[in-house]
Amino acid sequence: MTNAPFRRDYSLIGRDAKRAVENGLSAAEWYHTDVSRKQMKELMQRSDGPAIRDTAIWLGALIASGAGGVWFWGSWWCVPFFFVYGVLYGSSTDSRWHECGHGTAFRTQWMNDVIYQIACFMIMRNPVTWRWSHTRHHTDTIIVGRDPEISVMRPPDLVRALLGFVGVLDAWHAMSDMLRNAAGNISAAEKTFIPEQEQGKAIRIARIWTAIYAATIALALYSGSFLPLMLVGLPRLYGAWHHVMVGLLQHGGLADNVIDHRLNSRTVYMNPISRFIYWNMNYHVEHHMFPMVPYHALPKLHALIKHDLPAPTPSILAGYREMIPVFLRQLRNEDYFLKRELPPTARPYREEFHSDAIAAAAE
Amino acid sequence: MNDWVEACAADDIDEEDVMRFDHDGRTFAIYRSAADEYFATDGLCTHEKVHLADGLVMDDIIECPKHNGRFNYKTGAARGAPVCVNLKTYRVKVDAGKVLVQVG
Repeated sequence: MTNAPFRRDYSLIGRDAKRAVENGLSAAEWYHTDVSRKQMKELMQRSDGPAIRDTAIWLGALIASGAGGVWFWGSWWCVPFFFVYGVLYGSSTDSRWHECGHGTAFRTQWMNDVIYQIACFMIMRNPVTWRWSHTRHHTDTIIVGRDPEISVMRPPDLVRALLGFVGVLDAWHAMSDMLRNAAGNISAAEKTFIPEQEQGKAIRIARIWTAIYAATIALALYSGSFLPLMLVGLPRLYGAWHHVMVGLLQHGGLADNVIDHRLNSRTVYMNPISRFIYWNMNYHVEHHMFPMVPYHALPKLHALIKHDLPAPTPSILAGYREMIPVFLRQLRNEDYFLKRELPPTARPYREEFHSDAIAAAAE
Repeated sequence: MNDWVEACAADDIDEEDVMRFDHDGRTFAIYRSAADEYFATDGLCTHEKVHLADGLVMDDIIECPKHNGRFNYKTGAARGAPVCVNLKTYRVKVDAGKVLVQVG
């Protein structure tokens, strides 16, 4: 398992994808902290209660803030309402599609499915495509050429990362993909992770969404007002900043091409509002190591296994303080990354699997 | 085709739980339902060959620990993405406190 001596090829059908399969880095057996079956069963238990409560708060706040924005439309008083509406629409849906896609948020599966579809629409992620891309993300987390969800590639494109905070490029790509899918076209890269029998569903969803956006644009033109687009579509741009802010911290600046989530994922302590928006995905090492554990049980899982994990990053700000210098250094040396130090109580990294990557890490 | 093999003691598995059983180079998952019935399937998820015995049993469902793929462990039926291929099931009986699986 060696790092490429030349630039990384992130194409899902490219050189590094082929190499990852050949050298066993893809679909490998990943490190897991020892947790007894009894404890894991308790942590994995599903419940509708927490997600129903959180969804009621989320939808209630979404409707109230949207109504406030409409009521005050035309005056500056609409700004704080759309600020809240945008974050609930364009950021909190990132964690809702994610958790409901895993099927862990609710015990009742149809509830997961309903919220999954709603959240996918808002965050502009085709529910079929992204279910399969996220499956691959969990199989091959930050494996170059295999993981379709690497948000900051090396060397980092910092302009692209910054534009993510206002959702411009994401929305552009989402709309392009939607129209392409609606035309019946599944790309070669998508075909690498979406099974053939599922591809028709992706096309059908894209056509439904295209119709919804067309109706929204038509309503805006008919009424001569941006207001319909402020409620549907544009919040994915003006409300994206929070999900990008916390999302970049998940893996940014850490190792790639390793098979230990302690090396390539980051747990960050956050304020309660961000944790509500993010549905506890700040416990990201824990989530990747044990994706069966629902979001509401992640703090308990964290308490149980933190002795075996790198020290959590103490805040969002601290996360950026450690991540940005790594990004800047990667502009000159893309092999550079931040190696997460383990506490003395942890089982060591399996250096035989990661020696080349670790050799390139920060001291 | 009468290859009954002792997998474990009936009490080795908690109610509404699953246990791994390896035999002759193959791996199986043995289930005990909430109604105290026993079932057996292939032990690896048909999606990416992960051991189902590390997963979660809920009602008639076994959920894979890696990608949350779901199967009905009584019938082996795949219950949605990312699993598309059914699990093979095996006959099970309990005799003198032992769980026997017909592995043939």
